Amino acid sequence: MTTACFPVRGAFISIMGGWCERLPCGSAMNWLFAHWNACRRALARLAAAPLNTLLALLGIGVALALPAGGHLLLTHLSALTRSASPTPQVTVFLAVDAERKLSQGVELRLQGLSGVAKTQMLAREDTLTRMKATEGLADAIAALPKNPFPDAIVVTPADDSPAAIERLATIVRQWRDVEHVQIDADWARRLHALVRLANTGVLLLATLLGIGLVTITFNTIRLQVLSRQSEVEVSRLLGATDAFIRRPFLWYGGMLGLLGGAMAWLIVSAATLWLRLPVAEIARLYGLDLMLTLPTAAESAVLLGGAALLGWLGAALSMRQH
Amino acid sequence: MIRFDSIAKRYPPDISALIDVSAEIAAGELVTIVGHSGAGKSTLLKLIPAIERPTSGAVLVSGQNVGALGRKALPFLRRNIGLVFQDQKLLFDRTALANVLLPLEITGFSRKDAQRRAEAALDKVGLLKRARALPIALSGGEQQRLAIARAVVHRPSLLLADEPTAYLDPDTARDVASIFLEFHRVGVTVLVATYDDSLFPGARRIHLDHGRLV
Repeated sequence: MTTACFPVRGAFISIMGGWCERLPCGSAMNWLFAHWNACRRALARLAAAPLNTLLALLGIGVALALPAGGHLLLTHLSALTRSASPTPQVTVFLAVDAERKLSQGVELRLQGLSGVAKTQMLAREDTLTRMKATEGLADAIAALPKNPFPDAIVVTPADDSPAAIERLATIVRQWRDVEHVQIDADWARRLHALVRLANTGVLLLATLLGIGLVTITFNTIRLQVLSRQSEVEVSRLLGATDAFIRRPFLWYGGMLGLLGGAMAWLIVSAATLWLRLPVAEIARLYGLDLMLTLPTAAESAVLLGGAALLGWLGAALSMRQH
Repeated sequence: MIRFDSIAKRYPPDISALIDVSAEIAAGELVTIVGHSGAGKSTLLKLIPAIERPTSGAVLVSGQNVGALGRKALPFLRRNIGLVFQDQKLLFDRTALANVLLPLEITGFSRKDAQRRAEAALDKVGLLKRARALPIALSGGEQQRLAIARAVVHRPSLLLADEPTAYLDPDTARDVASIFLEFHRVGVTVLVATYDDSLFPGARRIHLDHGRLV
């Protein structure tokens, strides 16, 4: 005859008699074993209703694929804007018929400005030669009666802040011999600003769809709790702790999120593989080098981990409520 | 082992299920609680694992007032008690074996150990061959025996049963009652609420009538 114990507020109270023995509880191995059991039960529940599970995973997958795909695209565009404008430049164009001496005078004046780091003269003859060598333009340029290109001076500013460049451009624009001033990094800046805006949009979308995922899990777990009311009741009567009852539902929510994240990864990867050649072709036509790549290991880990965490959170909120 | 100390239990609006009940049950005793329907037998049993709390008075198990146990301590009390319910409370989407494994999973037994104990418990009640059957495929007597196997699989020191023979034919009822007698013989404290205590020879009787001890 042995003694069974149960801990009450840190103490152990003995129930004497019977053929009861000390019950195994409290060790780290048992805690891990309990989680392993809960994980297996959660997987069994997911497998028990395959169609429902698949539909839920598709819903979560599509919802997560939108921000994940958007992020991937914007990562590529960001890299493109960075490579397109390593340093902003200002191009100063003179009149088409301006004499070379005048152009050299303007270049000297530019070199005398404090905001200029260096200058490079692009002679109109050199520009014509370069353009003639450009595919598709040779015939059109040959048909022209005279050289349509002016002399141009490419200025590298000492300070590449937008305000300093704008200040420099404003000064040069006022010079009598200058026909036109162009800030070459403008398009890249605009693209960069658009990418920044789109990044914010993707973040907003990810937040909204993340809340959506939490809501989906919350409701799924609510239905699970309702359909497993008898199991919960019996478990309580047999001595299950709140943690024991919560664990399979939390794992279920986490699994739902994780598998939904995996579904999103598959969708994004499939779309990337499908679109990479057409996108590369279009980019090449614009003289850009853009090849879509699959999500990196770190991006995949963030997607899967974040989805699992959101699923777990939805389940935890649902368990707290119900 | 168990002491009921001037227990009263009232349900709203003004139904008295138990009135000033005091009794003591020693470790290793076999006790039947008898009385007509509505006498308070089930209520008295439910006070021990704190499924119900007394309106006044105290229920002491090994000197601990179970009515005062908090939410966190309660599961550890229940793990030391085997419960056989009037409606059995089996999980019908799990096999007989899985039903018996549940208390062991709750308590944290290893898979191998749990499997061994569950099969032993099923063998004890003569259901080992039906281990893979769902409860719906079992007869009334088999379901009751399955409920007993689940109640004793974690080897509790105290076994409580609420009308375990209520819906069984006389032969099956005798079989089921004999299982309780066997557990009592090996030292388990057994408390049975029943309308027919002739099935439990040698048991001490607690007689309730309209919530009062007779």
